[in-house]
Amino acid sequence: MNPEEPLQPRLSLRGIEKRYPGVRALAGVDLDVMPGQVHAVLGENGAGKSTLMHVVYGLVAPDEGSMTWEGEPLRLRSPREAIARGIGLVAQHFHLVERHTVAENLALGFPDAPFWRPTRSLLPRLQAAAERYGLALDPGAQVRDLSPGERQRVEIVKALMQGARLLVLDEPTSVLTPAEVDALFAVLRRFVAEGSSVVFVSHKLAEVEVLADVVTVLRRGAVVGRRSAADGLDRRDLARLMVGRDLAAAVADRGRARAAAIAAGPVRLRLTDVRVDAPGRAQGPALNVASLEVRGGEIVGIAGVAGNGQSELVAVVAGLRAPSAGTVEVDGREPGSGRRRRGARSQVDAGVALVPEDRTKVGVVGDLSVARNLALRHAHRRPFARGMWIDWQAVGRVSQSAVEAYDIATPSTGTPARLLSGGNVQKVILARELDRDPGVVVAVHPTYGLDVAATSQTHERLLAAAGRGAAVLLVSEDLDEVLSLSDRVAVLSGGRVVATMAAADADPEALGLAMAGVSA
Amino acid sequence: MIGALRRRRAARRWEPRADAPAWRVMLVTIAAVAVAALVVTWVFVAYGVAPGEAWATIVRRTLLEPRGLSETVRKAIPLLLAGIGLLLAFRARFWNIGAEGQILAGAIGATAVALFTELPGPLVVPAMFLAGMLAGAAWGAVPALLKARMGVNEIITTLMFNYIALYLVRWLINGPWKARSATGFSYSERFPAEAVLPTLGATRLHWPTLAIALVLVAVVALLLARSRFGFEVEVLGRSPEAARYAGIDAGRVTLLLAALAAGAAGLAGVGEVAGIHRRLVEPTQLSLGYGYAAILVALLARGKALAVVPAALFLGFVFAAGDVMRVSLRLPSQLPDVVTGLVLLLVVASEPLTRGRWVRRDPAEAATAPAAEAPVAPPAAATAGAPAGGAAHASPDGEG
Repeated sequence: MNPEEPLQPRLSLRGIEKRYPGVRALAGVDLDVMPGQVHAVLGENGAGKSTLMHVVYGLVAPDEGSMTWEGEPLRLRSPREAIARGIGLVAQHFHLVERHTVAENLALGFPDAPFWRPTRSLLPRLQAAAERYGLALDPGAQVRDLSPGERQRVEIVKALMQGARLLVLDEPTSVLTPAEVDALFAVLRRFVAEGSSVVFVSHKLAEVEVLADVVTVLRRGAVVGRRSAADGLDRRDLARLMVGRDLAAAVADRGRARAAAIAAGPVRLRLTDVRVDAPGRAQGPALNVASLEVRGGEIVGIAGVAGNGQSELVAVVAGLRAPSAGTVEVDGREPGSGRRRRGARSQVDAGVALVPEDRTKVGVVGDLSVARNLALRHAHRRPFARGMWIDWQAVGRVSQSAVEAYDIATPSTGTPARLLSGGNVQKVILARELDRDPGVVVAVHPTYGLDVAATSQTHERLLAAAGRGAAVLLVSEDLDEVLSLSDRVAVLSGGRVVATMAAADADPEALGLAMAGVSA
Repeated sequence: MIGALRRRRAARRWEPRADAPAWRVMLVTIAAVAVAALVVTWVFVAYGVAPGEAWATIVRRTLLEPRGLSETVRKAIPLLLAGIGLLLAFRARFWNIGAEGQILAGAIGATAVALFTELPGPLVVPAMFLAGMLAGAAWGAVPALLKARMGVNEIITTLMFNYIALYLVRWLINGPWKARSATGFSYSERFPAEAVLPTLGATRLHWPTLAIALVLVAVVALLLARSRFGFEVEVLGRSPEAARYAGIDAGRVTLLLAALAAGAAGLAGVGEVAGIHRRLVEPTQLSLGYGYAAILVALLARGKALAVVPAALFLGFVFAAGDVMRVSLRLPSQLPDVVTGLVLLLVVASEPLTRGRWVRRDPAEAATAPAAEAPVAPPAAATAGAPAGGAAHASPDGEG
């Protein structure tokens, strides 16, 4: 780092725009990454961080905008071109072959590695890169035996050996232990000290504060703020930028009006001392909820960064997995508890509806007709079941009326579900789950990837379900959605409910800090 | 993301179709069989047999003469039984390769009843069928349990169980069950008269087994089209994740259908010992590879239960034709295996032709197109959305 040198940005982005059907993932993003600098890109999940990084790495072609690399125009058609220029990506999910050794995985990253014994010529280079940055690696170790932190090290070494001068790390600390985080930061500091650049994508304020020279905050695909470490970074300020406070006021009125009615309603969903152990690793349980209650008519939003116990919470409530300990009560009773537990079916019979996260793989069976998908979770009950048989005429009648009531755009009820658009698939799921007045509704990322119309319709359906007396648990990465729909917000971090607040009074700052794992 | 990139390079891409029209499936299947026939014709020429005369002999001796036709149908019986079971298993993606062993297990069960129980005459045959079915089901249930409880690959276990059954039969006929009269070849004592199935006239067509097989095909067709169990099988076969979400107990369904499939194969074993051999014989004589050929029957039927009947008859014809080639045309006895192998290869290889077509890529969609869903496994794939069997028109799916 030499402040005297006249600095030209290593990478410069201007007006980068990327639209997907119904979503503006990136809305005119500008970004300058200087040599010798750690540039943090901060934002919630879905803010467009990953898309931006994919643009930089040549995985996604922007619709508009331009990039320059060390002063020259940059057009990337593939990651290979990005690597050739000196751009390396350490993705959130590692792209390693589990059954190969470290050295073999590294050899895969080098198309010029010799055909016979491809790893041999790499070993000296591996040794050099490892020593230079203090990245200890056993080249003969099988990747499947490595911890996430060690796997990440393999990815970093791969990028360094490919000659990266700009290293893009997408949420690199999400899989690391605190000690590993410190080690990673030391490596990155050494790397930028040589004049290289790092783009550090994160939503964790504490880490950004410690590591970054410059912070760019993204929200809904647009840059909403930029801060420099030289001027001092303030956690609260960053949290506010990340979360946005504009909509909090709008929610307040509705919330206060409903609060009274809900307080009088019965508790329909109650979790007591629920624990879900993480398989394999001894890093503590994936979910550890002492107490969580949702009353009839109430919408409780679960805020938090993905991977903090949300999927376990959903699985436990919906019966997709049994808790390691504790009880999940629906209307005061444990559905199919003990030996009579029959997975999701017990929950369905107890009136638990689930709008699952993965709409197309879990929510519907793509090859089956709309009619069959509408009967998917209730085929064992009346009016569909007659003893061991299914009354397909009843299925036809019910699905016809569901298609009309939920305005599902499909040529017929016999059309395979996979031919429907995402919004209509979600309507099929909503129709199936909400049409029989469930007592508990679990909705996971219910509007992810939907266009505006489908989003607002989904919101109306969920509000209507609550209005009919259902207890609604809303898990979403879209904080705006959580705040605008929920009566209460519970924040999950490290598998625990670390904060609960009325949505109307929710302070975006406090929320942002709680989500980022900072105790306020 | 990397996948999207790779697709972008291709100017044409394979587009899976919404549904494979029945005529297309039929056409592709017939074409595959025709190509196999062509290759066989070439084999005839290579062996110096006049192909026209050879085919004429085969058709006359397997289809036109009453005795030949009865042989074709007789050989279709075990294929029907084992085939309909495998079709059911394959619909749920339980890849049972063990019908051969399950046939042998059924034969053991039937022999035990025939030789070692003192039942009143009219009850013997029903008891044999029952014992054979249970023995077959038990043989098939073990791999299913291993799969359901511990995730052990059923392809390997069912295949290995075939060898266990084979050597078990060999041990029985060489050891505890060996007939006193047996000197050269090994076999069990002859079944008493009340343990032997009646046949049609002077033929070897043991019609009770045929009747059971046809009833079973109808029952499976009905189960798949109309029952809750059929629906669960269908969901499980197409999406295990969605099945879990739907509250379907995958272990229970797998166990049930594996036992059903294996039980059907067991019935085939009963028919062979009680209808043909009238004793427990050397396993390779007892079942001429029917359990393996039944895999082909299920594949040819492409997920449709009723289509098992023509598929089994076709393979029965191949087996009968094999006898004709060997006896009348003096061709090597391995030739029928070549024919079944060819048909299997061609049918499996032609499977994608029923399911999609090459289309030019629209460059605009290259960046955003979602990954095409992986096509479902062969037997179930052909019937996208429509239930198997004859009851299709009664379901809401048929209305569109």
